[in-house]
Formats: sequence, structure tokens, C-alpha cells
Amino acid sequence: MPHLVSESAHDPAARRAQVAAALRARLPASCVLSDPEDTRPYECDGLAAYRQLPLAVTLPTDEQQVLAILDVCRELKVPVVPRGAGTGLSGGALPISDGVVLSTARMSQIKQVDPLARTAVVQPGVRNLAISEAAAPFGLYYAPDPSSQIACTIGGNVAENAGGVHCLKYGLTVHNVLRVRVATIEGDIVELGGAALDAPGLDLLAVFIGSEGMLGIVLEVTVKLVPKPALAQVIMASFNDVVTAGNAVADVIAAGIIPAGLEMMDRTSVRMVEPFVKAGYDLDAAAILLCEADGTALEVAEEIARMSAVLERAGATAIAVSQSEAERVRFWSGRKNAFPAAGRISPDYYCMDGTIPRKQLARVLSGIAAMEHTYGLRCSNVFHAGDGNMHPLILFDASAPGEFERAEAFGAAILALCVEVGGTITGEHGVGKEKIDSMCVQFGRKELDAFFAVKHAFDPVALLNPDKAIPTPHRCAEFGKLHVHHGQVPFPDLPRF
Amino acid sequence: MGTIDYFQERVRAAVASGQPLCIRGGGSKDWYGGAPRGDILDTRDHAGIVDYEPTELVITARCGTPLAEIEAVLARHGQKLAFEPPHFGHGATLGGTVAAGLCGPRRATSGATRDFVLGAQLMDGKGDVLSFGGRVMKNVAGYDVSRMLAGSLGTLGLLLEVSLKVLPRPFAETTLSFAMSETDAIRRLNEWGGQPLPLSGSIWCDGMLALRLSGAEAAVDAAVRSLGGEALPDAAAFWTGVREQRHAFFAGDAPLWRLSLPSTTGALAAQGATMIEWGGAQRWLRADGDPATAAAIRRAAQACGGHATLFRGGDKSVGVFQPLAPALARIHARMQDAFDPARVYNPGRLYPGSET
Ligand SMILES: Cc1cc2nc3c(=O)[nH]c(=O)nc-3n(C[C@H](O)[C@H](O)[C@H](O)COP(=O)(O)OP(=O)(O)OC[C@H]3O[C@@H](n4cnc5c(N)ncnc54)[C@H](O)[C@@H]3O)c2cc1C
Ligand SMILES: Cc1cc2nc3c(=O)[nH]c(=O)nc-3n(C[C@H](O)[C@H](O)[C@H](O)COP(=O)(O)OP(=O)(O)OC[C@H]3O[C@@H](n4cnc5c(N)ncnc54)[C@H](O)[C@@H]3O)c2cc1C
Repeated sequence: MPHLVSESAHDPAARRAQVAAALRARLPASCVLSDPEDTRPYECDGLAAYRQLPLAVTLPTDEQQVLAILDVCRELKVPVVPRGAGTGLSGGALPISDGVVLSTARMSQIKQVDPLARTAVVQPGVRNLAISEAAAPFGLYYAPDPSSQIACTIGGNVAENAGGVHCLKYGLTVHNVLRVRVATIEGDIVELGGAALDAPGLDLLAVFIGSEGMLGIVLEVTVKLVPKPALAQVIMASFNDVVTAGNAVADVIAAGIIPAGLEMMDRTSVRMVEPFVKAGYDLDAAAILLCEADGTALEVAEEIARMSAVLERAGATAIAVSQSEAERVRFWSGRKNAFPAAGRISPDYYCMDGTIPRKQLARVLSGIAAMEHTYGLRCSNVFHAGDGNMHPLILFDASAPGEFERAEAFGAAILALCVEVGGTITGEHGVGKEKIDSMCVQFGRKELDAFFAVKHAFDPVALLNPDKAIPTPHRCAEFGKLHVHHGQVPFPDLPRF
Repeated sequence: MGTIDYFQERVRAAVASGQPLCIRGGGSKDWYGGAPRGDILDTRDHAGIVDYEPTELVITARCGTPLAEIEAVLARHGQKLAFEPPHFGHGATLGGTVAAGLCGPRRATSGATRDFVLGAQLMDGKGDVLSFGGRVMKNVAGYDVSRMLAGSLGTLGLLLEVSLKVLPRPFAETTLSFAMSETDAIRRLNEWGGQPLPLSGSIWCDGMLALRLSGAEAAVDAAVRSLGGEALPDAAAFWTGVREQRHAFFAGDAPLWRLSLPSTTGALAAQGATMIEWGGAQRWLRADGDPATAAAIRRAAQACGGHATLFRGGDKSVGVFQPLAPALARIHARMQDAFDPARVYNPGRLYPGSET
């Protein structure tokens, strides 16, 4: 990593004044915040455990202002942290003490909805849900639906390759974006992808999506819109053990069905959310599955019948099918509110985000249960069961000495287990600051070096969101007591949990 | 000596001697991209399915595995490669399929090769073996290098192993045909695309539009009733023919251009014959490959927001792929510096300047 040098580096106040003055010389006063009082709201993202005040926050309103900010930062060698709505859960938008935050909050225009081409062109600060709202009059919507969709921005979605409940059937951000217009740190504007289905040359769009604000600033996005299904219906099925429920998921897939949503909640989660949402969940079940079909009325009827039969054969103890849109929303309400519910029964919670091959579910859940004892903390499990993406919620109390550190260690241990069974340390929330050490578990030095080289291809001066997502050799050496690479654990014969 | 050691030796020798390598799978697509140069590095001994769990919807196989073998194994479990890659001859391999990144009739509705790449093992230009992505469906750890390898034509390295997402075969499938003008076909395809119809392929040529519907039986039946048209007999063979370009349109030696355009782009005012696929987003054109025609085609494609490829035949000195904007070309070159600094692999296959 480059060493940042500047004459005023040892005097933070002088540096702040210097950077703020340089920014104000190029931008309207209302676009630059540097007083700590004003920058406080930007000190963290959705991962509030990590906080840091930046030198300044910039709020550009157009592309030229973004380029001006990047010019100043390049000239003064100031790191830049892009920020959308700040709903990220991995500290991706966490400021850097000697850096500037570039917020896209004021670039929130929907520039075009083309119903015939089924595309929308939007600025980076447009909220995910606002796109679907703008497309609704044409019977279209934007498919990726992170649970944070009321708040999170398309720029943040591109940076995190966000997904949602529907992504098993409709894909992640990477599958639903045609073009991203990007400002590079070198001061160029480049277009990745295009208005057609593909673009010439290497697929740099694929590598840019999910790059966590480290390769360029998203200025504009062309998204695909898809027809809104006429109807959606959800099955709620109870199981008296999680392994049976996991096998039922496999059976649904084996039967040739890709549901529009396939989610699992364990007993702890069900009991956590039911008192708040009153969804009618079965409190005696060890796990419940929510299994959605969408399409035309006939199509949904056919798929619901097929899925019900599979789930019954797989050992479901109870099955309910939503009979109205209100009931469908109620069935989903618990799953969609699992995070806030955790926040109501526990002073703090920590949401992990690993993906595993589905057949390893039983092993991972029993590993997590054992860890609850090891770390003395409770963990509830909600699970994008269709694609193996787990969200263990570790409940803790930050005011109790040592609990935060225990929760962090618990989380890291879960991720190591995910890698050990052939999975990954993040399915959708990104690495950010939070899981940077876990990267040393999943990747070897050569891969990490290649990632730095990819970053260099876009950001040769290494000023865009540095020190996030990709750990330096030094960092891995500090952390690297345990290296599990692609499931190859050192000493695989030794019992672990 | 294992195949990986063998590849490694060849790569290191190539770096030392400055004599580049031409990665060769089945030899089925040698006409595609810039003219192949360098000593042949045959991948076919590095073959075999490494892991396939139908209920995980993921298959992992070595690069030299014949595409036909993968498709046969998937078919036995009622699954398929949803991007329906063309083989273009016998012996096409998985590595070549992913490196070429070509997609079949289903592309517009199901996605492209890269949309199904979950992970890859790559031998870089130093002979190091790197693993990107994984064998699970969702993974956002690190940059998504493996998807970028799709369509890279071997210019970033040798794909050793690839993990792909697979999908179930549809329960029902029907193809309808309609007599229709080019303009009408473009309009109707875009209108249908905005409705909840189970579309899975389209082709218009010479006044005839064929539309494939796949999905739940109820959905296909309902669509057939609402769309009209005539059922096409022997549809499976028809779509294989489309995918493999055995349609009469592709016969003969006239250079073949592939235009990738916004699907709503109007009918082309072209001299030669055109064919439309992918709901309007892919257009084929038989036209000269001389510099003046090439420049005109590229300008026209770009003006519509798309690009043009001299897909087959013609004079490759006009460049096979649409040139990149300078800032993008710079990032491109640095990306090659990252993976293949000595430009050992497939020089010139993607862009003429890419070896320098
Ligand atoms: C309650 C809750 C539920 C959630 N559910 C989901 C879910 O179901 N699925 C899911 O995937 N995520 C989920 N998330 C995580 C989060 O909402 C997503 O990661 C989202 O994509 C972040 O968008 P944002 O606009 O808030 O970005 P921010 O948090 O502001 O930033 C996220 C990253 O994007 C970068 N970035 C932002 N804007 C730009 C830009 N214009 N150019 C370049 N880089 C940029 C930042 O630097 C940072 O690295 C959830 C979060 C919460 C709080
Ligand atoms: C009998 C025969 C002899 C030939 N002799 C020569 C010769 O002497 N000199 C010469 O220059 N050409 C020669 N060629 C052409 C050359 O083999 C092919 O043009 C080229 O190697 C691509 O093979 P392909 O298209 O069949 O591979 P495909 O498997 O169809 O691959 C298509 C593309 O992907 C690349 N690719 C394939 N596998 C991988 C992988 N695992 N990782 C990364 N990229 C990959 C290929 O290089 C090519 O760019 C010969 C072809 C044949 C059939």
C-alpha cells in the first residue's frame, strides 16, 4: 500500500483546513462540510460499531463536481470514501481519518424510464425502491430487492452487488445492470457495459460490480426492468428439525423448481420475531420455510401445487399457503423484520453474512450451536436457503465488558467455518472494514496480490476507499494464525467445535 | 507429470523465450477473434468433472472437458447451461466456451456466460495458479475476477477449472412462428418483453419470426393462447440449428457481422441480409469486411448505443472488435499487466495492441 505523505500530515487541524479550502475553491459552499458537528452524521454506516470522523464530507450535485472533488483529492493525495445511503453492514462507507467522504445523496435523479426497452437510467443516489416505483406504472420493476431497499441507493447496490429475497430467481445486481458510468480517480469518465446486452473487450462491468467503492465513483447506472408478475403466493411450512428443512430445500430444487423466494428461519428467530410481527409463525417448529411462487395465476397455482407436494413428502409438519396479498405480506413480515426484531430483544446484534453449499447446512448450524457455548452468546439464524446465504445474528450487549470482542470473534469463527465447508465469508454485505481479516482465511497471498493489481488497473494512485476489503500482506501476517483456503484446513483431522 | 505442472512449464518457458502461447481447446472457434498466434497449448488433457451436485445447482469441471459431456451429465439430472452456448463444431471444450463467452438463443431472457460463472481457477502469465470466486451461488468477497474471464479469449490467462451455475430444464416448451416484417418484429418483441410471458428465444429472418416459450405448463399454454401464431414442428432441432448457425442465413463466405444493439433499435438500413435474435438485441449482417464498410458499420452501431464485431470471415486487419475509448483501453492494458505482464497468452486475439 502506498504511504500517504503530506506536509501537514502530523497536524490534523491544519490538514483539515487545507483540504476544506481546496474543496471550497472548486465547489459551492453548500457542497462541503468540514466542521466535526456537520460531519458527525457520516462517521459510520450501518455497522455502527466502527466510527471515524473524516476530514470533510462533500455533497456533489453533478458529474462535474464529482470530477472536481477527485481532482482536489488527487492533487493533495487525500483518500476518498464514496457513500450512498450508509446502510452498508460491513463498514464499506466508514470514513478514513485523513480522507474525504463523497456522498451521492444529492445525485438522486431518475433520468429516464424507457418502458419499451425495459431500462431505467438513474443517478447513483437514487434509492433502490424508487426505481421500482417509477417503473410501476408500466407494469415493470427492478428485481434486486435488498431488505434495506427503502433506503439504500443504486450506487451502493452496485458497489456491494446487493441481492435480496428474489435473487435466487432474478439474480443479483450484477445480473440486472447494463451499464455503469464511472468517474475514475485519474479524472476520466468511462462507461462500463452499455445500452446493449454486452460491450466489447474485457467485461470490466462484471469486475466493477461488487468492488466496494474501491475502483471508481458511480455517476449513473442503466438498470434492467422486468415485468411485474401478475401474482405471488407464498407457502409457509414448518419442520421439526433444521436438517429436514434443509433437505426439503434441496428437494424443491431437485424437482426442477426455482422459487421466487426460498427462506428459512430457525426456532430462535421465529420466537424472536413472532411477538413483534404476529405473522402466525409456528412457535413449536424447529425451522420454518417460506417458499414463494410468482407469475400468472395458472403458473402460480401449478408451482404452489408442485412445491406443496415436495415439502409434504420432505416431512413438513404443517403447510399454509397465503390466500391474499395481505396474508402473503404477513407471512414475509417476520423474515423481513428479523434484524429489527433482534434489535428489540437484545441491546446489540451483529449480523454475519456467509454462504455455504446447502448440503453443509446441518454441519454449520451445529457448529454455530457449539460456538454459542464457547463464546457465551446467543445466535439466531435466518437464511436465504435457496442460495445458501446465511445471516447468523449474534446477540450481545456492547455495554457489558468484553461482549463486543466476543461477538466479533464468534462472527469470525462462523466465517472460518463457512470457508472450511467450501463457502465464502460474504454473500451480499461485502467485506468492507468488518471482514477484512477473514479475507486472509478465504484467499491466499497470490489472490490478494491479484486483487491489488486489479485495483491498480482502475486506481493507480490508490486513493479510492483504501484499506477496505483487500488486506495487505502485513495485515494477514498479523491475523494469519489460521489459514483455511478453499476448504483445505490445516490439520483437517483435528476436531474443531 | 500432471497437466498443471506441464502447463506451468510451458508458460515459464514461454516467458523466458518470449515466444507466446496459443491456448487451444477443441479447435472449434479458431475463426473467432484476432488470428491465433503462438505455440499451441492444448488443454484437452486437463479434463473431467470435478464436482456436480444437482441440488446445489453448481457444476465444476476442468477446462478441457468437452462441452458435450457437461451437457449430457446435466441432462441426465434434468438440468442445463441456461446460456445455451454454441459449440460451433465437435470437441468444443468448457475452457474455450467460457473464454469465448458466446451465448445462444436464451441469452436475452436467462443471461450471458458471465452471469453463470461462479468461480474459476486461472493460471496467470507467470504460471501461478489462482482461485477466484467459489462454488456457491452468492459470493462478494474480493473482486469478481472470474466473471471477467468470460469472453476474455484467453488474454488474461489459462482457465484451468470453472464453476458454473446451472438451471433446471423447463417443464414445457413450445415454439410459435409468425409471418412478420422486420419493423413489426422489433416492435412486437420489445412489447412482449415487457409482459410476464415465458419467453426463451426469438429469431427473425426473411419475413418469419420464431418465438420460443419455456416454463411451467400453465404459463406456456396461456401464452400460446394469447399470442396466436403457428406451432413450429421439430422445434428442438430448429433452435439447435439457430445456436450453431446452421440456418440458411449463415451459409456462404460473405463476411458475417454481429451487432449488439439496444433491443429497440429500428430496422437496419443495411445493404445485405439481416437476422435478428435476442429480442432485438443481437443483429447479424452479411456485409463486406473492407475498411470503409467496417468503419461505417461501427459508426452506425455506436450511434445506436451498441457495437459491432467482425464475427466470421472478412479481413481481420480492420480489427475484429469495436475499438475502446482511450481511458478504457488504458484500464484494459493495466488489467492485462495484472494477469499476464509478459503477454504470453493469445496475443492479439482480443485487440491487436494488447500484446504490447
Ligand atoms: C436492515 C438492513 C437490511 C439489509 N438487507 C440487505 C439485503 O437483503 N441484501 C443486501 O445485499 N444488502 C442488505 N443490506 C446491506 C446494504 O443495504 C447494502 O449493502 C446496500 O447496497 C448499501 O447501499 P448504500 O447506498 O446504503 O451504500 P453505503 O452503505 O453508503 O455504501 C456501501 C458501499 O458502496 C460504496 N458506494 C456507495 N455509493 C457509491 C458510488 N456512487 N460509487 C462508488 N461506490 C459507492 C461505499 O464506498 C461502500 O463501500 C441491508 C442493510 C440493512 C441496514
Ligand atoms: C488441427 C488444428 C491445428 C491448428 N494449428 C494451429 C497452429 O499451428 N498455429 C495457430 O496459430 N493456430 C492453430 N490452430 C488454431 C487454434 O487451435 C485455435 O484457433 C485456438 O487455439 C482456439 O481454439 P478453439 O477456438 O478451438 O478453442 P476453443 O476451445 O473453442 O476456445 C475459444 C477461445 O478460448 C480460448 N481458450 C480455450 N481454452 C481456454 C482455456 N482453458 N483458458 C483460456 N482460454 C482458453 C482459445 O484460445 C480461444 O481464444 C489449429 C487448429 C486446429 C483445429
